[in-house]
Amino acid sequence: MIIDHPMLGPRDASEFTYLGDASLIDRPDWQADDAAEAFYEYGYLRDNPAGEHQELWYHEAGDRSWLVVTRNTLTHEISKVELARDVARARGRSK
Amino acid sequence: MTQTNRLSGGQIDRNTTLNFRFDNHSYTAHPGDTLASALLANDVRLIGRSFKYHRPRGLLTAGSEEPNGIVELRTGSRKEPNTRATTAEIFDGLEAHSQNRWPNLKFDALAVNDLFSNFLSAGFYYKTFMWPAAFWEKLYEPIIRRAAGLGSLSMEADPDEYDKGFRHCDLLIIGAGPAGLMAALTAGRAGADVILADEDFTPGGRLNSETYALGDHSAPAWAAQAVAELTSMPNVRLMTRTTVIGAFDHGIYGAVERTGDHLPTLPAGKPRQILWRIYSQKALLCAGATERPIAFENNDRPGIMMASALRTYANRFAVIAAPRVAVFTNNDDGHRTAVDLHAKGIKVAAVIDVRDDAPSSYDYEVLKGAQVVDTKGRHGLTFVEVAMPGGETRTLECGALGVSGGWNPNVHLTCHQRGRPIWNEALAAFVPGADLPVGLTVAGAANGVMSTYGALQSGAEGAAKALDLTSALPDLPDAEDAPVTQTPFWYVQGCKRAWLDQQNDVTVKDVKLSYQEGFRSVEHLKRYTTLGMATDQGKTSNIGGLAIMAEVAGKSIPETGTTIFRPPYTPVPIATFAGRMKGQEFHPTRLTPSHHWAKERGAVFVEVGNWLRAQWFPLPDETHWRQSVDREVRQTRASVGVCDCTTLGKIDVQGTDAAAFLNRIYANGFAKLAVGKTRYGLMLREDGIVMDDGTAARLADDHFVVTTTTANAVSVYRHMEFTRQCLFPDMDVQLISTTDVWAQYAVAGPNSRKLLQKIVDPEFDISNEAFPFMACGNITVCQGLRARLFRISFSGELAYEIAVPSRYGDALMRRLMDMGEEFDVVPYGTEALGVMRIEKGHAAGNELNGTTTALNLGMAKMVSKKKDGIGSTLSERAALNEPDALALVGIKPLEPEKKVTAGGHLMNIDGPVDTAHDQGYVTSAVYSPILNSSIGLGLMKNGHARMGERMRLVSPLTDLTIEVEIVSAHFVDPKGERLRA
Repeated sequence: MIIDHPMLGPRDASEFTYLGDASLIDRPDWQADDAAEAFYEYGYLRDNPAGEHQELWYHEAGDRSWLVVTRNTLTHEISKVELARDVARARGRSK
Repeated sequence: MTQTNRLSGGQIDRNTTLNFRFDNHSYTAHPGDTLASALLANDVRLIGRSFKYHRPRGLLTAGSEEPNGIVELRTGSRKEPNTRATTAEIFDGLEAHSQNRWPNLKFDALAVNDLFSNFLSAGFYYKTFMWPAAFWEKLYEPIIRRAAGLGSLSMEADPDEYDKGFRHCDLLIIGAGPAGLMAALTAGRAGADVILADEDFTPGGRLNSETYALGDHSAPAWAAQAVAELTSMPNVRLMTRTTVIGAFDHGIYGAVERTGDHLPTLPAGKPRQILWRIYSQKALLCAGATERPIAFENNDRPGIMMASALRTYANRFAVIAAPRVAVFTNNDDGHRTAVDLHAKGIKVAAVIDVRDDAPSSYDYEVLKGAQVVDTKGRHGLTFVEVAMPGGETRTLECGALGVSGGWNPNVHLTCHQRGRPIWNEALAAFVPGADLPVGLTVAGAANGVMSTYGALQSGAEGAAKALDLTSALPDLPDAEDAPVTQTPFWYVQGCKRAWLDQQNDVTVKDVKLSYQEGFRSVEHLKRYTTLGMATDQGKTSNIGGLAIMAEVAGKSIPETGTTIFRPPYTPVPIATFAGRMKGQEFHPTRLTPSHHWAKERGAVFVEVGNWLRAQWFPLPDETHWRQSVDREVRQTRASVGVCDCTTLGKIDVQGTDAAAFLNRIYANGFAKLAVGKTRYGLMLREDGIVMDDGTAARLADDHFVVTTTTANAVSVYRHMEFTRQCLFPDMDVQLISTTDVWAQYAVAGPNSRKLLQKIVDPEFDISNEAFPFMACGNITVCQGLRARLFRISFSGELAYEIAVPSRYGDALMRRLMDMGEEFDVVPYGTEALGVMRIEKGHAAGNELNGTTTALNLGMAKMVSKKKDGIGSTLSERAALNEPDALALVGIKPLEPEKKVTAGGHLMNIDGPVDTAHDQGYVTSAVYSPILNSSIGLGLMKNGHARMGERMRLVSPLTDLTIEVEIVSAHFVDPKGERLRA
């Protein structure tokens, strides 16, 4: 597979390490009333779509940036690659 | 014997004669021959014995689809079993052997299997060797393995080198037949970067085997001319002897180039094979087609082969299998073989065509509407019996029979990403479907375009389309353009033993039996009969099996199913996939800066991840490792020892939010850690399980140095980057791994301060008052060398860790040894390190085993509830906090000479010994030279409340039961007075 890194261009997948569903960015609020339940869902419950999937890849043998890769799990077609940091900010994460 | 079956013409170099041996007989050949053509030239038809029934077998094909002619090549450590004689290029001195026969090929004792064939039908193994289970491994399997038909290994290491490489192109063209050559000419002339790969050593595909003309040239001459033009183009790379084995994601193709298989000896430093990863913008599959057989009674005798193979051997290799031949066909292409052979002066006994309307000939007899119903000849064909349309039988004398059942497009690569071929009625064959790998298109016979002109045209158009070329297509030569339709004819009715898959010995009857016994889907058919599951992946047999299954099921072939193909297209040696990653080069080896010093001291090394670490330092008079380790421990605890701890992960954390960041990363608090102080840190996974532990030293307000365990250095760093980028993207914090930048040494023992004072520059006060336990700071040593000093202790002694830039590591170690002479300083390795940490009760990798929580390790109080630390929320889950949760304990045998064994389980002193009554297990065990006893650490239910309890330690695997006492994990200096001294 080839991942089109937003800063470095197309790179071979062997340079990357896979983590999983990009919903791992959406870490719950530890002080919320339902924190225990929310962390349980965050930690254990994942969608397993047959189709487009947003997932986290780490450019471990490269610039060490985390990426959100939109990949079709049926065809392996990659339709979008973003810096995870930008995605996290867009989803409202800060400090 | 001298090449009695050699004809005139062909593409061999008669000026050079090569010698080779087959089953210890010497023969001659010429450059351009394969082992198969050379054997035929020397009238060797019998080449091997079949897999199951040990029937005599010869060559079926002339290409990589060959199921029968598999041999062992070379000798000694270079011996290579299961190689197709049809693709093995001959070289001077080649040594080949037949396989699966004993004592020899002509007389094979296990041919007796053939007499019992009624009992050995499909599913035989499943039905026969079922009970008792224990017999399988000891009795059945060894017998079957000895009897079943593959070659043998040399049992020696392969001395040759294999390599891997990367190539890029605009257009990858797979196959250099008429379609591939024309595509390459089109793309190459347009200036595109082209790779043209072909498995053969002479590009041209079928053109090399045919007699018809392309324009003014003969087919091989046209191919040679095209190759010459392509070779002259700097933008075209022609890769011969290169098989594209798989189509992978995003335009990546795997290819194996056999750079040295055809050479008697490899030039020094050259690889035997190269595994290429080809990155293509577009790819064009021009893999041609494979002729398929017709099944009939005893259709596996040596001398019976594909009609196209007979033609290839005659036209390209100038070889005929026998002076008198016949052809059995259901299509016009079979007649082409008869025409060519007749033109070469071969006696064509007859063409047997199943069609009533078959074309006639003036040159030889054509038996229309006839079928071959049986054959004769013990070690090679002598007669065929033909059933005439009127019902009478005719016997024809011939030594070779060419069989043609039509042609199947080579769709293999189109299936590598789940693409399913579709049935084409006119061709009665599967052609590529619509769901091809992205970027791949198909041209020529592989796409069902069966005429030569059609192949040329579709190759040119395919290349132009793939590259979006706007220029006019090149002119095409006039060429054969006969319309091709194929009426299926799969097997002759009424036969008892008609072979479909000759490599796995599967007959028509086996397929019918599979249906009868309920294994009716294509997948079940394959597994029940093993049809198509041999090394040829059923290239010549799958379709026939499928057709027969369809017939007995009363369905059409597409309704019955399709088989799709997986990579690799042809077998690839494991060595090629390994490439250079074997032995020492399997993974990189990391050496610490003082490695050479340790080697000089005679250290014994142990692999820790990629690192080599000194395990212990034996003295000349020490004969057992325990002597060395006990001495290192005693000397360290009595005076001072030095241990290389460079391999621990070191992560530099900087930024105004560095403290806040570590507060998230660690379960315990770091926000208030003072500058100049170090703190033990416990890192949890988000699920509350302990991930790693280490220390964080605050060198400045906005600067920390974090250490990790050696094993987790990479994963902890990855986790910290994830936390920084994905969870808290606006934190002002930067990370960098400095593991390789600093050489770091633990200096431990009551005299450690005195030793360090001799090298630390005098302006730095490291007295207990100025530099107490857990202090840290930037210092200089040895008159100005910058260093970092941490007063931390893993051994439980007064101890420091000192770090200097890597390139000074070796010098620092030597200096410490010199300066420490007056204290009797000792270098210690990982074993002594482990003994001392267990004596002290420190958890390490054995305890941080991916299942333990802070509570289990006795560190529940460290998990702060006042801040957002990763893992703290889920660590509070009820199930992780049961009253009888496992807790870290010390374990001591009641009799000191008894040995505590890691992995042993703790059981109550009375009661049953079983899983239900399990109380816990031993994680780490050593002999403590300080306590003069074996000791251990373990995890035990409610362990902290059970101090003093007597338990049984059992290990049913090693038949061990000893009595132990549960004690505090802190065997040595439980109050921590030594490390604060």
